[in-house]
Amino acid sequence: MAKKKVKKLAKVKEIKGQLGKKKETAREKMIGQSIGYRYDVNLLPDYSKITPFLKKYIEAMGWDDLNWLEDVHMGYEEDRPAVFCRNANGWVTIPSSIKLPNNQQDRDMIARELLVKFQMSPKHPLVDLKKAYLKF
Amino acid sequence: MANIKTSEKKTKSQAMGMHTEVLTGRTQQKFFNPDEAENFYYFGTYDVDFNKRTDLDVKDMTAAEANKKIDGLMSEGYGTIVIKNPQGKHSLGVGILNKLNLIFEGSLGYFGIGSCDGPIVRINGRVGWSCAENLMAGKVVIEKNAGSCFGAAIRGGDLICKGSVGARTGIDMKGGTIIIGGDAGAFTGFMMQRGRIIILGDVGINLGDSMYDGTIFVGGEIGSYGSDAVDAELTSSDQDWLRRKLKVAEIGANFDLSKMKKIVAGKKLWNYDNLEPTEKKGAI
Repeated sequence: MAKKKVKKLAKVKEIKGQLGKKKETAREKMIGQSIGYRYDVNLLPDYSKITPFLKKYIEAMGWDDLNWLEDVHMGYEEDRPAVFCRNANGWVTIPSSIKLPNNQQDRDMIARELLVKFQMSPKHPLVDLKKAYLKF
Repeated sequence: MANIKTSEKKTKSQAMGMHTEVLTGRTQQKFFNPDEAENFYYFGTYDVDFNKRTDLDVKDMTAAEANKKIDGLMSEGYGTIVIKNPQGKHSLGVGILNKLNLIFEGSLGYFGIGSCDGPIVRINGRVGWSCAENLMAGKVVIEKNAGSCFGAAIRGGDLICKGSVGARTGIDMKGGTIIIGGDAGAFTGFMMQRGRIIILGDVGINLGDSMYDGTIFVGGEIGSYGSDAVDAELTSSDQDWLRRKLKVAEIGANFDLSKMKKIVAGKKLWNYDNLEPTEKKGAI
């Protein structure tokens, strides 16, 4: 009888400092909630990773660099990649159709591009508010 | 950001019924379309041309009249507006949520360029208290000195003062970059939560007092450190970024960046979470 080939399941290695994961502190375990940011908010952008869309945006605004987008990073909302929209005061989750690189600098550039698209979209939640409450 | 776990197992605090406040933001995924057409401007803003230039003399106008006039000029497509005779008026150039090249030929009073999002502003004189308060995006350049609370609570953009600034610069800032060519007063970076401050000169006492996060770079002497402000190592990436940012600010071309001191939060004050108020109440 031929031996059955047993497929070996690849072990999922947990990488130290994996994106979006960090060791919980005793305090966090106790309260069941993360304290502070789950990504480096002070990470300076790597301009070699800038996307063509962001280049066009900077040029259109007349700025010299990413300006306010330097503070935009890809974070997490309920363990899903997301970017925080300060205008809507909420997390915008990244659609699962978008493949994200395992590199924070590249992910940040994608987050910046998607955030600009979201904020300038006529479907942005503030558009309705503006229509309803604009005074002058 | 705070995040409530969805695991079924109740933690001690959940069992105690303390999870009444939810700090997570509202997920906006239903509004999002990654294939959105290329559009770089907010809904309802004006389509202006930087090459279309005009002058506006505000000598005999109130601040409200002048601000309304600036808005009117933007609606006509003017992308470069030169303001003549600002004469230290308060609250000039506020609430501009448009791309614009705005030039002030003179000095501003209190609360100039407040709550702006996008414009490039150049002031050829001095500014009073709380210049560019709540700046969201854009670039503001002040050629001379600035008063106290410079860049209070800014959330983004570049705020540059080529001269010296008063006390509490960048108080409560939540993003963006403040660049000072001269000296800065006491309590610089007080309660800052994010963003970066660069000071090429000296800085007063209690630098970065009670800062939660963010980074302060100082080129000169530091009067004293505030509570929870600590030194950090200046990396080559920091130096590259500083070099680029000073070029944007048009100052410090020959400054020796290796001598810069980097100050960050010690994060001992990082114990805020959504249970704290409830626990405090219980303790009292």
